[in-house]
Parts: sequence; structure tokens; C-alpha cells
Amino acid sequence: MSNTSRLIELSGITKTYGPVTALKNVDFSCAAGTIHAILGENGAGKSTLMKLLAGVIVPTAGEIRLDGNAIHFAGPRDAADNGLVCMFQELSLMPNLTVGNNIVLSRPQSRFGFLCRSGYQEARACLDRIGAGKIALDCPVHELTLAERQLVEIAKALYQKPRLLILDEATSALGADAVEKVFSVVRELRDAGTCVLFISHRFHEVHSLADKISVFRNGSHVQTFAAGAVDHDGIVALMIGQSLEQLFPPPRKPIAESVAPLLSVRDMSWADELKDVNFDVRPGEIYGLGGLEGHGQQRVLEAVFGVLRGVSGRVEIGGKPFGRRTPFRSKSEEIGIAFIPEDRKTEGMIPSMSITDNMRLAGLGRDGLLTQDNQVREAHYKALLHRLDLVYGSLEDPVASLSGGNQQKVLLSKWLALNPRCILLLDPTRGIDVKTKAQIYQLLSDLAEAGMAIVLQSTDYEELVHLCDRVAVFYHGSIARELSGEMLTPTNLISAAMGLSGIAHATEAAA
Amino acid sequence: MTFDSLRRNLRFLIPAVAFAVLFVIYINTHPRGFSTYVVTIWANQGALLVFAAFAQFFVVLVRGIDLSVGAMIALSNVVASYAIAGDGASLWFGILAVLGTGLACGFANGLVVALGRIPPIVATLATGAVYSGSALFLRPTPGGDVNSDLSDAMTYAIGPVPTSLVLIAAIVVVFAVMLRYTAFGLSLYGVGSSEHSAALTGISLIKTRIAAHALGGLCAGVAGFYISMVTLTGDAGIGPTYTLNSIAAIVLGGISLGGGIGGPFGVVVGALLLKTVAALMFFSGLPPLAQPFFEGLILALAITLGSLGLLRVRNRLKLFAQ
Repeated sequence: MSNTSRLIELSGITKTYGPVTALKNVDFSCAAGTIHAILGENGAGKSTLMKLLAGVIVPTAGEIRLDGNAIHFAGPRDAADNGLVCMFQELSLMPNLTVGNNIVLSRPQSRFGFLCRSGYQEARACLDRIGAGKIALDCPVHELTLAERQLVEIAKALYQKPRLLILDEATSALGADAVEKVFSVVRELRDAGTCVLFISHRFHEVHSLADKISVFRNGSHVQTFAAGAVDHDGIVALMIGQSLEQLFPPPRKPIAESVAPLLSVRDMSWADELKDVNFDVRPGEIYGLGGLEGHGQQRVLEAVFGVLRGVSGRVEIGGKPFGRRTPFRSKSEEIGIAFIPEDRKTEGMIPSMSITDNMRLAGLGRDGLLTQDNQVREAHYKALLHRLDLVYGSLEDPVASLSGGNQQKVLLSKWLALNPRCILLLDPTRGIDVKTKAQIYQLLSDLAEAGMAIVLQSTDYEELVHLCDRVAVFYHGSIARELSGEMLTPTNLISAAMGLSGIAHATEAAA
Repeated sequence: MTFDSLRRNLRFLIPAVAFAVLFVIYINTHPRGFSTYVVTIWANQGALLVFAAFAQFFVVLVRGIDLSVGAMIALSNVVASYAIAGDGASLWFGILAVLGTGLACGFANGLVVALGRIPPIVATLATGAVYSGSALFLRPTPGGDVNSDLSDAMTYAIGPVPTSLVLIAAIVVVFAVMLRYTAFGLSLYGVGSSEHSAALTGISLIKTRIAAHALGGLCAGVAGFYISMVTLTGDAGIGPTYTLNSIAAIVLGGISLGGGIGGPFGVVVGALLLKTVAALMFFSGLPPLAQPFFEGLILALAITLGSLGLLRVRNRLKLFAQ
């Protein structure tokens, strides 16, 4: 396994998207026969790096060398022909095609234009190898569950016989058994001389798999070291670049159990994604929803806000039942719920419209367009934006011209302008820089102090641990466990999220 | 046939059954009953629409739409009225010229859509105007001359089987094999199914789009050629009906306008179903002026049935997603 020749080298790589710099002058290399973990926060530039290597995007400046020779990729097929294969986090399966065709098309083997049968046999073998024997080749991909799709995606990557295999959050939807099976295949590949780049947010996966670790932060390559050379806390410090105390606001006083809840959810079920969900949120509390992606935590908030149809169970606001929920009724003055969706570009706002127009949209149909003086409202908006320290040229600029973090601030203030009693947030800090993150955390903390009930769904464990009073961990559509106080640690969150019953007591893993 | 494959082919099976039923009714209401003659007339009319529907099909498969289908058909029909009057080598050359006209028009559409990044509905509306303008310029009033021996061979019957049905069968087999067993055919589905994923899989979006348009154009050329066989003239004014009917036919045949769903058998069934409905109207005794109304009504109903799946959408955000 000790082939330490450099398979791929990046030097001076920079990638910019308009005014946003995703990667800054990055030097990086990895060797054949190693498993190399890439760590970093959301927005640290990991995904951009992977896309460069997979030939999806080209660098703005800098050089990629394969086996010592400078190389330019014309596209993903070109990169794959050179043995660089990426298993994409966002998945690259075509839903209307069958499993077999999806895999075979990634490296078509054809004679006289016709696809060979041997390709399908190889695809079958790849699926069997990672323990996905149950997935039929002739099943259309849109009929598969998320976990099954992820397995197909992995099989598709294996099918391309990679020299460099990139696994970008490859196993986020898989159960522990399936993950272990995939990992054993990854180790086999390494021993056969493949270089594996591995991105994961789960520390224990990195510990069990990686030979080497590289940390990225804000588009720069911070440090590379052998696995085990730096401890958990040290790695976190490298990723964040500042200590957690500075990032998160000081802890708030816990809310007494006797306080009547503002939002109660009872026996909520929906399709096969939610099963009997129950929880209460008191005014002044930040209630976290955690778990692996796709276990129902996002759906709960959509169901409360009234986006989903056919939800069973009850929702109470301030002790009164709130039935026939629609977004329009949810934002009304008597209910007072605000909802910050996950995808700010498509669901949260209209990127081509100006900042003010976007802020007005949430108020449509609510305060009567004519009843409030324009100047009063504008002053109100400006005060909110000022509070969030928004950097902008003019309020008439389109939202698209702002950076991701500033867009999120506009999205937040658009809802705060309605003075809600309860605010539901879906992963509000995903892909946002550290400074804005800290500002958003401070704001949420202030809002809670002021008596607002906040429900925060997040994929970031630190966020849940340091910001929330209580956290409900979802597993397969129901709340597997509610954690609070001393029990609220990253370790416990992760084990509950993976459906493990054994919860470690104590605070040893608290960062 | 297993339950799964039945369920997956429902979009095709429902129109197929509807077609079979309507066809039986049609034959029974026809004053001359079932005979090679009746079926040949019906099949010739049907074949025109089948070819036109294929012209639309390939473009829709990659999530586009082609409003110039009728214009491409009209232009190739007009070219045919000049080019295939002779015999021998000049006849063969003429046929190639007709098909080449369609192919070139489709290819041009593809270039505009894929390289110019202009939405297909706008691009093909514009190119369609150019094509039908050229057709009108070439032949302001219907007319021209077509080799009648060739016409006879193409529009009569081989034994008891109408030649047009043999042509339809041949084209379906070719396309079915291509779409199912070649990387190119699967790429068409891939691009229509998810552009993003197709690109990440290494499929060239630009090449695939252009090829889809070119293939559609070729089918329009075949349709224009066959019209000249049936009518023995060239007519620049036939375009608009074919554009609309080509879309209606593929929708009836279970092809999704959202791209990536549907097959060549569906195209044939949809086109023949639409033709049979029109033919039934003709013999139904309804006043002729009311017939387009009922044709439209049936079409609207069929399309509504096709979107019943929306009632099962449980997330309001997804209602208008496609």
C-alpha cells in the first residue's frame, strides 16, 4: 500500500464566481494508495475543489497536474477517462432511466453504437460488491429511496474504475451497516492503489477511514497532517479558525418547564416521511431539530407552516388549535409564524428583484398594502437590516448581487418585519461565512431573549449543541430522542441520528 | 408481463387500449366495413401524423418543444413537389433532397436552441416562420408534380397489408432499438430526465440537443415526403395543423412534455388514436363545423386525465415544479 507517488497535484488554484472567491491560491496534492479526508465547514471550498478535480468546472487560475503532467479537463467525461471520478453529494442520477442504464452511461462500452451486455454485468457486479444486491438493474431510479440512490451513485463511481475516487458526503443517507460495507470496499480500493478523497461531516467516519487529513477554511488549504496527529478539538479549531466561544453567543438561561408552550405539535404524520411527531416549544426557547438529512426534520417545519397537504395530527399556537394551515394563514397577525426555507435562491426570495421588493413580498396581503406609509415601512426595514449589519449598496439593488450570507440576512429581516411570534428556520447557516454565522447566532439568541419561540433545523451539530435549549433528533420520520442540558453533546446527537440506542453519558465529547 | 412492468407502462397502455376500442368502433361504423381499401386510406392518413409526431417526439424527449414542425413539413413537401417528379437516379436524388431539407431545418433549430441558448419555444417559432416563408416563396399556390409510380408504391398495399403500415412498423423498430440499446438513445432520455445529472454523468448537453432536433427534422422531412406521395402536390399552407396535431398526438401517446418520458410505441399509438378520433367524427353525423369543437374537447379531456397524477402531489411547493 505504500505507493507514495503523487497522483494529482494542484498548484496556485483559484476559482472565482463573479465577486465571490471560492478557492484562493490553493496548493494541494494526494498520493495513490491513500485515503485522504478533506475537512472544512460548509462554504470552505471543499465542493469547489471536488468539482475542479471532476472536470465539472475549470479553475480561474492555477494548474492541475496528473502524474506530474499539467492537464485540462474538457468535462466530466474527460476527467473520468483520466481516472478521476467523483461521487457527487447532490447525486447525478437521471430519475427516468433505469439503474443499469444510469451506471452504464457513465462509461459507455459499445460496439457499432450498441451498448454491450458486459457493461450491465459489470454494473451488477459493482452493486453487489457494495452490498446493494437487492437493487434491480431494470428499476427506474425515481422509484428508489434516497439511501438506495446513494448506493447506486457509489456503484456508478466504482464502475468507472477510478484511479482517484472522490466521495463527497457519499454515505450521508446510509444506515450503519451499509456504511461499513461501503467503507470496506473503499479500503480494498485503497489497497489496490486507488487514491480516495473523502469528504464527510461525521468525525467518526473520518477517524475510521482516513490515512491523511487536509483542512480547508474560507477557500484556503489550511493544513495537511497524518490522521491522528491532531486531536478532535484541534481539528475543529483549524476548521473554524476561531474558538467556539467567539462564534456562539453566551448560553441563555433555561426556560422553566412551567411556562406554557407557544407551539405544540401533536401526533403529526405525513405520507411515509413523518410518523407521530410530538414536541412543544416555549416562548424564549430555541428548539433544535437534528438528524441525518432526509429523516423528516425538514418536513416537520413545512407541515407546521402549511406547505404540505394531507398532514394528520394537531398543531396548537398559544394554546389554540391551528387547523387548515396554509402559508397565508400562518403568517397572519393572529398566528404569527415565519418560515425561512432551506434554499434561499429558489424558495426564500426572488433573486432578480430588489432588496426592498423582496422584503415587501412577505408582507403582501398582511398589512394591507395601502395602510402603512411607505416611508415608515422603509425605515422599519432599514432598521432591521442595520441591526443585522447588512452590507449593501442601495436598497434597490437586486438580491442576486449580494453574497450568500447577506442574502440570508435579507431573508431573515423580511420575515422579522412582520413581528412573528414563532420563527421556523431550515438550515439558515448552510454555505455561509463564519462572520455572518456568528451574527445570525447572536440575532437568534437575542430574539429568543425577547420571548420569541424559535425552531431551528440544522445539519451542523455544533450549532445545535451551542445554540439550542433542547434538540429533537429525528430518525426515520419520528423523534428518536430529545436531548437537553448535559446530554446535549455532539456524540449523543450523532449516535441518536444514526439510530443507535447506546447514548454516551458524560461530557467527554463536548467541544 | 409482471405487475411492475404493467405499472411502469401505464402511460402507454391506457392510450393503446383506447385506440384499440376506437379503431373497432370506427371499422364497424364505416359504411364499407373492414377491407384492405378502408384500412389503407386510414393508415395513409395515420402515417402522415405518425411521422409528424416523431418530429415533435425527439425534441420533447430532451425537454424542448418544436413549433416549427409544421413549417418543416410544409417546406419539405414543397421541395418534394419539385424534386421527385423524375425517375431513376434523379428520383433518388430528389428523395434525398427532401429528407435533407428536413434534416437541415432540424439541425439549424438545434444550433439555435443549443448554442444560442434561446428557449426552444421562441427559437422554433422564429425559425418556423423562416421555413414556412421559404415554402410560400417556392410555391405560392398548391401544385407541382410527383412521380406517380412511386406514389402508387408508397400508398397502396403489399398484399393485404397497407404499405404505410409497413413503413410505420419499420420506423418504430429502428427508433425503439436506437432508444433502448444505444448510448445515444439513452442520452436523449437522460438529458430530458435531468439535465444537471446528465451533464455530471458526462453526456454532452449541446451535442445531444442538436442531435435530437436534427433527428426530429429528419422525421419532418419524411412526413413532407409522404404527404407528397398521398396528395401528389406540394402545399405551403399545411404547416399549422401539423404543428398542433404533432403535440396533441405525443401527449395522447403518454409522452411527457416535461421530457424524458415516453417511447416510440406511444408516439404511434397517440398519432393513430388522434387520427381515428378525427375519422370517427367524419362518420358520426355531427355537423362538420362542430367537429373541431368535439375533437378539441376530447383532446382536452385526454390531457387532463394525463395530469391526474398531480392530485397525488403532497407538497404544495412541488405542484408547479414541472
